[in-house]
Amino acid sequence: MFGAFFQPSAASAAMAGPADIPLWVEDLTVAYHRKPVLWDVDLSLPEGKLIAVVGPNGAGKSTLIKSILNLIPRASGAVSIYGRPYAIQRHLVGYVPQRESVDWDFPVSALDVVAMGLYRKIGWFRPVSRRHRQAALRELEKVGMAPYARRQISQLSGGQQQRVFLARALAQDARLYFMDEPFAGVDAATEKAIVALLKELQSEGKTCVVVHHDLQTVPTYFDHVVLINMRVVAAGPTQDVFTEENLRKTYGGKLTLLSQALHEYAQAPRPSPGKKGGGE
Amino acid sequence: MNGMGIMRRAGICAGLLVISAGRAWSGGLAEHALEWPSGAELLRVLTLQDYNTRVVIIGAGLLGLAAGLIGTFLLLRKRALLSDALSHATLPGIALAFMLMVAIWGDGKHLLGLIAGAAVFSVLGTGSVMLIQRHSRLKDDAALGIVLSVYFGLGIALMGLATRMESGNAAGLSSFIYGKTASMVFFDALLIGAAAVVCILFCLLFFKEFTLVCFDAAYAASQGWPVGRLDFFMMALVVVVTVIGLQAVGLILVVALLIIPPSAARFWTERLRSMLWLSGAFGALSGLVGAGISALMANLPAGAVIVLTASLLFILSLTFGTARGLVRLGLERRRLRLKINRENLLRELYEWFETRCGTSDPGFNECQLLNAPGRPELLSLRAWTPAHFRRSLRELQSAGLLKKISSDAFGFTPEGLAKAQAVVRKHRLWETYLITHADIAPGNVDWGADEIEHVLDLDLIATLEQVLTATRPAGMPQSPHELAASERNV
Repeated sequence: MFGAFFQPSAASAAMAGPADIPLWVEDLTVAYHRKPVLWDVDLSLPEGKLIAVVGPNGAGKSTLIKSILNLIPRASGAVSIYGRPYAIQRHLVGYVPQRESVDWDFPVSALDVVAMGLYRKIGWFRPVSRRHRQAALRELEKVGMAPYARRQISQLSGGQQQRVFLARALAQDARLYFMDEPFAGVDAATEKAIVALLKELQSEGKTCVVVHHDLQTVPTYFDHVVLINMRVVAAGPTQDVFTEENLRKTYGGKLTLLSQALHEYAQAPRPSPGKKGGGE
Repeated sequence: MNGMGIMRRAGICAGLLVISAGRAWSGGLAEHALEWPSGAELLRVLTLQDYNTRVVIIGAGLLGLAAGLIGTFLLLRKRALLSDALSHATLPGIALAFMLMVAIWGDGKHLLGLIAGAAVFSVLGTGSVMLIQRHSRLKDDAALGIVLSVYFGLGIALMGLATRMESGNAAGLSSFIYGKTASMVFFDALLIGAAAVVCILFCLLFFKEFTLVCFDAAYAASQGWPVGRLDFFMMALVVVVTVIGLQAVGLILVVALLIIPPSAARFWTERLRSMLWLSGAFGALSGLVGAGISALMANLPAGAVIVLTASLLFILSLTFGTARGLVRLGLERRRLRLKINRENLLRELYEWFETRCGTSDPGFNECQLLNAPGRPELLSLRAWTPAHFRRSLRELQSAGLLKKISSDAFGFTPEGLAKAQAVVRKHRLWETYLITHADIAPGNVDWGADEIEHVLDLDLIATLEQVLTATRPAGMPQSPHELAASERNV
């Protein structure tokens, strides 16, 4: 009876993208207190790639991910995951929030946190069983954190906490992963572990969308890039898109960008998301 | 490590405690002279012979249990102060419900009606807080303060009107403000009991869901958990506990029963499940003991005594809690400080001998016997206070690491030498690492290594050795900078 009361209302499935595209975004605009943060974002991301979302502070990288995941309301636009709205496709999506978004003083162990990735599978009211704990432990092993499974989470280093978050997303066993700054403030060992994990996910045919802030490592870690500053500056394979020209456009200040955007709008009809996505 | 955070939390909790204790005092303790119980009375209360006492004590215990359980989630959701605004907002509800019932039936003292009024207004109060938070740029604390005081003021004004109504028997209505356990009848205890059972059931049933929402609401939402509804449900349980607790402890103090038990429980455990039960137990204990004491001393208001009992439990937990109590933290810090002192002394002594006798013969030889430093010489090497220094020396001696060579000069025992070598080794490995891998100038590494070397773990040392000794001969590494011991050559 409670299950029915607590069921989320499924979003309308009016708009939908192609079913073989992991993430398809059209006309997405998000505003905080009337100030636009993301402006008319069109995206179409290919499957099985490691995709970096890159842009300056306040460019709306986290906002993009959160609005895709329905965590913040959209002013306009549509998002589809493998052709259908997110509310229907949640089981295909894993999420790694920013590490600072939670209170690490919380009285749970690393294993407890990873088990949270299984809660949807476990379902309403049922407790976490031994089988689920073992599954969670396997995910911790994948990120090299099994020895710390029983530690209270405030007793872990920043990098270890990040790996716990990754393990929690792995437990969801998704096809498309969103990771919000997983490399922020982590030690070298963790960075290596995350990169290895990303490669492994890719070899399993999974798609990872990673908010990233270190421009130097973009070409080595990622094969696809989305450059973003309030709107999408460029998106496509790293070797095509990750150019000085594009980076300058992305980081070169909002004013030039806005005027450029307005200029483009005046000049030509809007390009379709398929073309913008780099033609994959 | 997280010592500062814990201290800050302790400070906040202590502040809350002082506030609630102060309220408890103004809540009635000061108004009456105390009457000490006779032995026969004591026996009667302890054995629960008196029917009335039994009802009151059991009711208060169950209330404490329910409040402790749902309070745990309230605290972890960081909504402790919201519950304070919520409980203050009940007052206009009580007054309005009373007036309404007088208008309809001529008698306003129906408990269920009053409780319903309180519940409606506590929801209104919570809603007002959320509205202000969402649609204005006021900070949360301001929103809470505004709602709390406005509703309470409205309540006091309406109370004034209600008590001036000619019919309706308004006497005793104000007991909702400070609470009056003694007026509890069987029906009230039954009501509290039922609410407590509901609370326990739901805390168990929703344990997993509440945990997730409290820890990471955004992640929960991304997984499709209805965070808003779970939050609402959690607050509804808080409202239930608050309104049934009004009569027992009063609307000013009921927040203490929600916050203090879980805060106290947190000092004993790092596990949510244990914290939940411990908090429930603390709450129940406070209710039982507090109501018991107040039954013994007729003039002591139960609400205040219940809260003071909880406060006592809190202070004990803050001090002696096995997970993060102050005593444990203090002991840990002291242990670390002493260890650092010991290791520093060992290293200074080793380097003293090293600069004078070389490292070729690490055993205890003639040269070392001749050069053994005295107390003042060692003391001059570091900014040790003499008392500190004496204690470290004594400790090392009693641990069998140092021995007196002559009247006031010291040297190593064989175990002491081995230990000192290990310490020096760690220090130099770290120094070398800082120079080769972190580009720190050799002149500055000593101090940096000094800070960290005491907490390097074995794994890290093994890694350092692998990294650094690949290019260097094994054994004791040379100091990469001039040794202080040699500079101050005596």
